[in-house]
Amino acid sequence: MPRYETVIGLEVHVELKTRTKIFCDSTTEFGGEPNTHVCPICLGLPGTLPVINKKVVEYAIRAALALNCNIAEFTKFDRKNYFYPDMPKNYQISQHDLPIATHGYLEIDTQKGPKKIGISRLHMEEDSGKLVHQGTITTTPFSLVDYNRAGVPLIEIVSAPDLSSPEEACQYVEKLRTIILYTGVSDCKMEEGSLRCDANISVRPVGTGRLGTNTEIKNLNSLKALRRSLHFETERQIEVLRAGGRIVQETRTWDEGKGETLPLRSKEQAHDYRCLPEPDLVPLLIDRQWVEDIRGSLPELPEQRRQRYIKDYSLPEYDAAILTNTKELADYFERCVRAYSHPKAVGNWILGEFNRLLNLHGIEIAACKVTPQNLVSLLRLIDQGTISGKIAKVVFAEMFTSGQAAEAIVKKKGLVQISDRHAMVPVVEKVLAGNPGAVADYKAGKGRALGFLVGQVMKATQGQANPELVNKLLKERL
Amino acid sequence: MITKKDLEHVALLSRLELTGSEKAMFARQLNDILNYFQSLDCLDTENVQPTTHVLPLQNVFREDWVGQHTSRQDALANCPDRQGDYFRVPKIV
Repeated sequence: MPRYETVIGLEVHVELKTRTKIFCDSTTEFGGEPNTHVCPICLGLPGTLPVINKKVVEYAIRAALALNCNIAEFTKFDRKNYFYPDMPKNYQISQHDLPIATHGYLEIDTQKGPKKIGISRLHMEEDSGKLVHQGTITTTPFSLVDYNRAGVPLIEIVSAPDLSSPEEACQYVEKLRTIILYTGVSDCKMEEGSLRCDANISVRPVGTGRLGTNTEIKNLNSLKALRRSLHFETERQIEVLRAGGRIVQETRTWDEGKGETLPLRSKEQAHDYRCLPEPDLVPLLIDRQWVEDIRGSLPELPEQRRQRYIKDYSLPEYDAAILTNTKELADYFERCVRAYSHPKAVGNWILGEFNRLLNLHGIEIAACKVTPQNLVSLLRLIDQGTISGKIAKVVFAEMFTSGQAAEAIVKKKGLVQISDRHAMVPVVEKVLAGNPGAVADYKAGKGRALGFLVGQVMKATQGQANPELVNKLLKERL
Repeated sequence: MITKKDLEHVALLSRLELTGSEKAMFARQLNDILNYFQSLDCLDTENVQPTTHVLPLQNVFREDWVGQHTSRQDALANCPDRQGDYFRVPKIV
């Protein structure tokens, strides 16, 4: 039986964070009352004329440059005709044969090392309205339409069929999301639909040059759905081929509850969009100076930043990858490092307690009460021996909830580390007297007994004893 | 040449239901139109750029400022069917 390999290409739609829609001055704000963020243009009323929002073009170029694309010198819009009431005009204004950007790539990490995933094209288009179905979609004879979202700007990013597994597909989306977030042109919130994903997938016997017939999977609104649906669809297609059948080119939808993909409609028919140049919008000649200005305004991107952290801060690959995963986290880290010269210690705290509490309380970095300066002060208190690393965690938790400075909390709660020999000796002696068994064990050569005794002293001092001093005092007496 | 099959396909895409005699009539008319346009084929277009727009204009932009919205009452005023705050349409699957 032949072994099969999977070939996946992704189409990712990203909503741009402009104030207004792509072709009219209605707001893009999310969550308004139905049919209130509309005007004659996005309602498709006869006689109205769309005009392109300059910010949309700028953002599209910005995202495209971050994805290593070529920016077209000449680009235009087209009408994509289809019969569905989510667009009031019965067509969507999109870009067909002359998209704003082509030939980009991004890099993912595989077990065999970095892998370049091609980006065939990136184009601008308008989002559709929302259909609200009453009851279940199968029983109701009507759909209700809200056009608030109609005309919200999107960029569609089409990958080459370079992805070979569901895991690679998920990593591609994560990398893409991170890069777009860095550029600041979108929120990229999958759960709110500002980043949406469709997948094209086919299988072929290993070693075959030609692509197999593909299917398209829609309705993938989480990475989990993407991964699961691609696994399911791979298995389904292999099963069909092994049974001697053939794959039907079609659109399928992911049913999260059933955990399977189901046919939606025949692709040959539904994809006959009869694209034609949009006569209501004039073409765009993209000025090279504009492109260079936008390129110059791009922040350092995650990949470059990661490399720099490894090189300049000697951080492990893993730490560097997580710290640069969002721009906010990396910026926070750098503000700390600017004031404190042990990047590894800062990284450990951010990836440890800091991230743990952020996740635990579901707080974004922007809303976190611990300023970089305060975190640095805490680290200095540890360095100076004022508090132990263990107590520092307690102090940090307090800083996290109250926003107070480390010094103030240490002082208020009396958490200063006990490094005074005279104060410690009685405690150590009391612990030794109270644990003759452990003392005997240690003397019999069981080194681990010392750890137990240190623990007892720490316990007796509520963690405030200086661990080095405790070790020293114990060893002197054993 | 528009065949009966082409015509049926275009009618389906346009959601038009046509009778047999209408199909024959429209196929003939569409062929007449296409034949008429075919007279353009005798022009030499070797050095002519494909036309993407009939106006000699490029780069008409607007700035990203929010303007006046249409009231919901006005937005829904001319729709043939509504329910509450929504346009109501036949379900299409």
